Amino acid sequence: MSGFVLPTPPDYAGALLLARNVTMRFGGVTAVSDLSLALPAGAIAGIIGPNGAGKTTVFNVLSGFYTPQEGEITFDGASIRGKEPNDICRLGMARTFQNIRLSPQMTVLENIMVGCHVRRHCPWWMAPLGLPRFYREEEELREKGRRLAERVHLSEQLDETAGSLPYGAQRRLEIARALATEPRLLLLDEPAAGMNPQESLELMHFIGHIRDEFALTILLIEHDMKVVMGVCEYIWVMEYGALIAEGTPDVVRNDPLVIRAYLGEDVVVQNA
Amino acid sequence: MRLDRNTFLSIATMVIFGLVLWQAETFLGDYQIYIAKLIFINIILALSLNLIYGFTGLFSLGHAGFIAIGAYVSALCILPPAQKEIMWILEPIIWPFSDLLTPFWVSVLGGGLFAGVFAIFIAVPVLRLGDDYLGMATLAFAEIIRVLIVNATPITNGSLGIKGIPGHATLLVCYGWALFTLIVLARLCYSNFGNVLRCIRDNEIAASVMGINVFWNKVLSFCIGAFFAGIGGALLGSHLSTIDPKMFNFLLTFNVLMFVVAGGLGSLTGSILGATVITILLEWLRFLEEPMDLGFIEIPGIPGMRMVVFSVVLLVIILKRREGIMGTRELTWNRIFAFFRRLERREKA
Ligand SMILES: Nc1ncnc2c1ncn2[C@@H]1O[C@H](COP(=O)(O)OP(=O)(O)O)[C@@H](O)[C@H]1O
Ligand SMILES: [Mg+2]
Repeated sequence: MSGFVLPTPPDYAGALLLARNVTMRFGGVTAVSDLSLALPAGAIAGIIGPNGAGKTTVFNVLSGFYTPQEGEITFDGASIRGKEPNDICRLGMARTFQNIRLSPQMTVLENIMVGCHVRRHCPWWMAPLGLPRFYREEEELREKGRRLAERVHLSEQLDETAGSLPYGAQRRLEIARALATEPRLLLLDEPAAGMNPQESLELMHFIGHIRDEFALTILLIEHDMKVVMGVCEYIWVMEYGALIAEGTPDVVRNDPLVIRAYLGEDVVVQNA
Repeated sequence: MRLDRNTFLSIATMVIFGLVLWQAETFLGDYQIYIAKLIFINIILALSLNLIYGFTGLFSLGHAGFIAIGAYVSALCILPPAQKEIMWILEPIIWPFSDLLTPFWVSVLGGGLFAGVFAIFIAVPVLRLGDDYLGMATLAFAEIIRVLIVNATPITNGSLGIKGIPGHATLLVCYGWALFTLIVLARLCYSNFGNVLRCIRDNEIAASVMGINVFWNKVLSFCIGAFFAGIGGALLGSHLSTIDPKMFNFLLTFNVLMFVVAGGLGSLTGSILGATVITILLEWLRFLEEPMDLGFIEIPGIPGMRMVVFSVVLLVIILKRREGIMGTRELTWNRIFAFFRRLERREKA
């Protein structure tokens, strides 16, 4: 390993999510190199960086799609390296995708209810038997789905197909579906992508609200710096698969490396 | 469960339909009853494949294999021992199959269970590889079943097949099993379990991130589908009274696939419509295979001609109306009422 020194993020010991020296290579491409981060419970933090920096790959590693060649990941004190995505979800980690992954022909409510599945108690074979317990739970799931739809302002569209919704609404629906799995940690991959400034501002407020309401820890990816600054308490900056800076928004904003490598001229002007 | 309007209408329809079928012999000829039974059996087969392909997105070409298992298991269960002793001329039938004799419903369930368990053996290794290979692997599997049946002479009577299977599959019995299939699958597909299957079909990655064990749910769906294919096979054997390995070739799978695609992938009522319409059409098109005298020219009968016509029909469906008759929608009471309301409004206007 390189001589990289572990940074000292806030509240290292009580971290809900901890990644240490994670390296993920695809053939010759090193998408993530020697990345370490610690996310304390209850925080809202962000990963920023230009396109192709490896942000989504970090999420894919955290949520179990790839097993990193090197490094260790712990969630709530237990190692999750090499675990299947569905097991990691059961442990309390949910995520959304940069390119929306909904079932376009299914309704809003049905999409959310898919997220409810992991927490249900009655097994499948109770359905054909028509056991009352199964149908009671089924009704509970539907109610839970309705509540979540209301929370993301989709109550009016419950029975519309997901594919017919406008882009922003689809993003909110994906968040609702992730919340239905009752996560403790929510990973949001570019939640504001494709939104106008007004919409992304609202979204960031919304993210702050759900953190408090559902007692969540949130890690989000954004490539637009301005969006994250308002909502994130801590930020990691990636470039070419490696961390180049981290800290509170103020620290990151004024980091010369970040300004030169990523933010470009306009932010420097803004700060002046 | 509270009895709402739609449930009441469904039950009423089922009962009335049952009563009509009970009296069918008074107004239907033998041939028509034969076709009606075939329709119910084909509905079972179509529904079972729709669960696998339409709802879960697993492109399976092995249905004929499961149907064969169901047919053979059931036939062995209901054929009287004395008859078996006479019929197995190549090699004598071995115990316990020689003495086996069960009620028909046990044999049907047995056929389904055997098919379902066999399905595990194909689903587990193949689905581990990913579903890209599923079509080919299931096709090969169905062929293997056929070869096994040909060669397991002491059990299956080899290529001679089994004749004189008792005709326990009456019209009402076929109707009953079709209802059973429909109710079980509707309850599964329209509970949250069905949502989970459809999510797997649409986006496997999203499903696994939602905590769904994609592999296990695929295996489950595949086996439930195979179970009902086995049930359909059991009824088919009793209905036709004769089975042999040649019957269960790819053409049978292709027929079922046609019902499902024509009806609409992911629509149970679509499968019912598809199976009904195409079964009738297939019978009606039989004239194509008979020698025809057009006055000025005489065409000899060409066997397989109706399948050619049908392949063309299927092609047209795929090109012109991809989603089949129903798409992924269901024919529900609400939809029917809405349709009549619209009709009424249009008449007033
Ligand atoms: N499955 C994969 N196979 C090969 N290369 C990949 C794979 N996933 C990501 N990469 C590569 O990793 C790099 C980082 O990609 P990504 O994580 O999507 O960046 P970001 O989300 O920051 O825009 C890119 O160069 C991409 O080509
Ligand atoms: Mg990305």
